[in-house]
Amino acid sequence: MKRIIVNRYKCAYCGACVSVCKFDANELVETYLEIYPEKCTLCMACVKTCPMGALEVVE
Amino acid sequence: MTDYDVVVVGAGPGGSIAAKTAAEKGLDVLLIEKRQEIGVPVRCAEGVSKEDLEKFVKPDKRWIAAEIEKAWIFSPDETKIELSAEKAGNEVGYVLERKIFDRHLARLASKAGAEVRVKTSAVGLKRENGIVRLKIRSLGREEEVTTKIVIGADGIESKVGKWSGIDTTLKLSEIESCVQYLMTNIEFESDVTYFWVGKKFAPGGYIWLFPKGEDAANVGIGVMPSIAEKKAKEYLDEFVREKFPEGEIVEVVVGGVPINGGLKSAVADNVMLVGDAARFADPITGGGIINAMKSGYYAGITAYEAVVEEDYSAKFLKKYDERWKNDFGKKLERNKKIQEKLLKMDDETFNKIAKSLEGMKIEEFSVKRLVLEVFKKYPKLFWDVKDLIF
Repeated sequence: MKRIIVNRYKCAYCGACVSVCKFDANELVETYLEIYPEKCTLCMACVKTCPMGALEVVE
Repeated sequence: MTDYDVVVVGAGPGGSIAAKTAAEKGLDVLLIEKRQEIGVPVRCAEGVSKEDLEKFVKPDKRWIAAEIEKAWIFSPDETKIELSAEKAGNEVGYVLERKIFDRHLARLASKAGAEVRVKTSAVGLKRENGIVRLKIRSLGREEEVTTKIVIGADGIESKVGKWSGIDTTLKLSEIESCVQYLMTNIEFESDVTYFWVGKKFAPGGYIWLFPKGEDAANVGIGVMPSIAEKKAKEYLDEFVREKFPEGEIVEVVVGGVPINGGLKSAVADNVMLVGDAARFADPITGGGIINAMKSGYYAGITAYEAVVEEDYSAKFLKKYDERWKNDFGKKLERNKKIQEKLLKMDDETFNKIAKSLEGMKIEEFSVKRLVLEVFKKYPKLFWDVKDLIF
């Protein structure tokens, strides 16, 4: 199943991806990005927004 | 009875000023910050207007990294436009040390009487019988506090708005995706802020250099994800490789800046949003510190009035909307419209404009003045927004 994952070595926990998610499918918990795949629609908004390229789609 | 009159979520400049203002008015205030250290990681280019900042806090060397007198704006072919202070030696801006600045403001809030708790997140919000039950997680322990009002100062990744029914989601054309390096071993003037504009450098945004003293500077970029073809970091890396091949990167700063021109309304029953949570950053410059502090102040005052009147309804809290709209709301709206115009201009137009303003003395440090000068030369470019400019 396709899903979005965060590369924690690239993520700088800035929260930009959270602000563009309509589906409440991610959250910046302290300095740790959580992604909730059950809410994610793979709209790609977060992937396009990430300044670091830390979000990736995997099969 | 509730545990608190006001809980402020987030101890950035907006949240700390909100907490300070409400506490000074005698309210019971809790200020929570999810990070274990206030002010880090920084997510900011740290530039701020001197005059506006001094309305809130006495300048202190400990958190001022540089004083700025000029701005140099470079078009895609690197023609330079200069904006300067009205009189030489009259600095108009500061570059802050946010790590220290934010802590200073949180201390002011605590001195005013606010309770401060770090490594404490808001995790859920429920309204019941006119008050709020706010779930928080403090150093790993979940608890519930009751409060009359919640002020959401929880930044770009705000959840308080979403929980209370305010749609804060940004479109890909309403955010700047930003990366910044603190760089040493580079050459720059320590009282000048540099801007490189045009799609060649940064589609839908710009590249900046803000000095932090004599030997280090913030070099950063913002791009608009709806039109950018690469990641912000890739554009910045190319720029830095070309301009500052010898430079060393001693810090990486990353962030998103909301540029939708602000929420239409930043209130719901029992809730007010301030700063980036309310999308109050300037759509052209991306600056958000002053609007965050101003909105924090207005939210604090409005919270006090609501507690006195025992009315925490969205209807009553609309007073807060009126206050920020009267202060900076119109400017946000105006700059959003100008930003949409700028977005449509190609690099050739930027070059042409820069050529026509090159060498001109523009003795005012503002976007408005710059747009006015461009308007004089090229009225067509801003014709349909001219009423906003004058």
